[in-house]
Amino acid sequence: MDQLIFAAEVVLNGLMAGVMYALVALGFVLIFKASGVFNYAQGVMALFAALTLVGIQNGQVPFAHLINAAFGTSLHHFGWTVPSVLAILLTAGVMVLLAFLIEKLVLQHLVGQEPIILFMATIGLAYFLEGLGDVMWGADIKTLDVGLPQGISDTVEQVTANWFGYGFFIDRLDIWATVIAALLVAALVAFSQYTKQGRAMRAVADDHQAALSVGISLRFIWVMVWSIAGFVALVAGIMWGTKSGVQFSLSLIALKALPVLMLGGFTSIPGAIVGGLIIGVGEKLFEFAIGPMVGGATENWFAYVLALVFLVFRPQGLFGERIIERV
Amino acid sequence: MNDMTSQGYVTPDGRQIGGTLMELKNITLRFGGVVAIKDISFDIRQGEIRAIIGPNGAGKSSMLNIISGFYTPQEGEVWFKGYRRGPMKPYQVARLGIARTFQNIALFDGMSVLDNIMTGRLNRMKAGFLAQAMWWGSAAREEDENREAVEKIIDFLEIQNIRKTPVGRLPYGLKKRVELARALAAEPKLLLLDEPMAGMNVEEKEDMSRFILDVNDEFGTTICLIEHDMGVVMDLSDRVVVMDYGKKIGDGTPAEVRSNQAVIDAYLGVAHD
Repeated sequence: MDQLIFAAEVVLNGLMAGVMYALVALGFVLIFKASGVFNYAQGVMALFAALTLVGIQNGQVPFAHLINAAFGTSLHHFGWTVPSVLAILLTAGVMVLLAFLIEKLVLQHLVGQEPIILFMATIGLAYFLEGLGDVMWGADIKTLDVGLPQGISDTVEQVTANWFGYGFFIDRLDIWATVIAALLVAALVAFSQYTKQGRAMRAVADDHQAALSVGISLRFIWVMVWSIAGFVALVAGIMWGTKSGVQFSLSLIALKALPVLMLGGFTSIPGAIVGGLIIGVGEKLFEFAIGPMVGGATENWFAYVLALVFLVFRPQGLFGERIIERV
Repeated sequence: MNDMTSQGYVTPDGRQIGGTLMELKNITLRFGGVVAIKDISFDIRQGEIRAIIGPNGAGKSSMLNIISGFYTPQEGEVWFKGYRRGPMKPYQVARLGIARTFQNIALFDGMSVLDNIMTGRLNRMKAGFLAQAMWWGSAAREEDENREAVEKIIDFLEIQNIRKTPVGRLPYGLKKRVELARALAAEPKLLLLDEPMAGMNVEEKEDMSRFILDVNDEFGTTICLIEHDMGVVMDLSDRVVVMDYGKKIGDGTPAEVRSNQAVIDAYLGVAHD
């Protein structure tokens, strides 16, 4: 019985970690669906968004080091702090601007190129953004606090203690992240299913030529999709940044999104969510059940091995479109 | 080009054809060193069914692609509704009120028939981004109005029973019909049909011919179509342009074209000098 209750707690924690993975994977799926580009820079976009958010919040002077080096000044802060909500809105604005610039300076010049070329371009973009983030806001590790509650939830602990005689340890941040991610996903699905722009986005994802013929501007849709992906990156950046600080390793969460995508399929929004949950629960349960037998730390590799297994037996993922070559 | 000012004509079956809607003047299109279209001029009148015919490789599809903005000719002028059209992107042309279908069918396979047809109305929807996202009054009303217009077209083309089916699952003939429905949903001034009957059996061809005539009759839509099946074209069209090797070799009513020696030669394959 005790074991079962422990397992339940593990599953609950896994589900919440899974939502975080799904959040990152979503950004990939959105761009991949609409433009066929695998955006390697998605993780760095989350890092960049988080850096920008912290910078704006603390009233940091952007490019302070550069300006100081060039003009011999010693700028660092404006001396004000910006309220969280306003800072988030401003950062969202920066991400939209970034989407616009990416379309204008990169994508527009690569229309009609092979997917691998576009993929290479996003690798370049990733390194550029990483550098830009450093130059703009400095390379030191920052703490991010937008007022999300953190720490173990007493309510959950007490309630479960009453029910099972054993209190679950659940981080309040995880609960909030789950709620916010669920809202975000619901909003995205509603947007793509029921609005004019959402319909246009699905149309572009399906067939570029046909989309053009009904009067859809591909450029507008691409800017829109990259903006949304930027916004998703911002949300992911806030969650992960609050959890483990804003630093370079934040961009590596993108690596965790890869197995999620392989499980869920690169073209499916529900796939990204279900894939994220499976990986989240799977790796926590595996660590709980098998971990002690093999010396632990299975969370580092479990997701990738699972993805490999999927690649062998179901390469299109759970929800992806099956690619059938007709001869 | 003198008849540009004329006030149209009356067809043998008594339909009044209006003035010039679109005019192409001295169009030349090259792909590298290959000349696909050489110095072609013709016009399309308000309310008529205009056909472009010719053997394979005559440059018919290229012509349609020029009208719909997918290709930009190196030489020549495109006039629409009395204005000269500069170089335009296909989506801009679509927004002018020119809708088209494709020879190889370009539908959104993953979307339902209804959603596919709704995309045809994207440019008729005005509600802004935020209103759409929030589903506020006007946006909802607009969605309903557009839905109504689409349902009319669905009835008209007799595809009610497949409206929720994903397009990818439909047979070829029905896909062609859905593509026509999507083009009609835009309520175009000019409707371009690229081989609407290609690959169809006799029965499907008859259906499609009937729909094309009905569209023209019911909505007064001007139609320009490409076809290489001579028989079908002659029955459908008011006037026919005949192309061969990128040049115009005939232009007139079906009867005139049929008796044109150059056209007969092109179709029967007389050696070119």
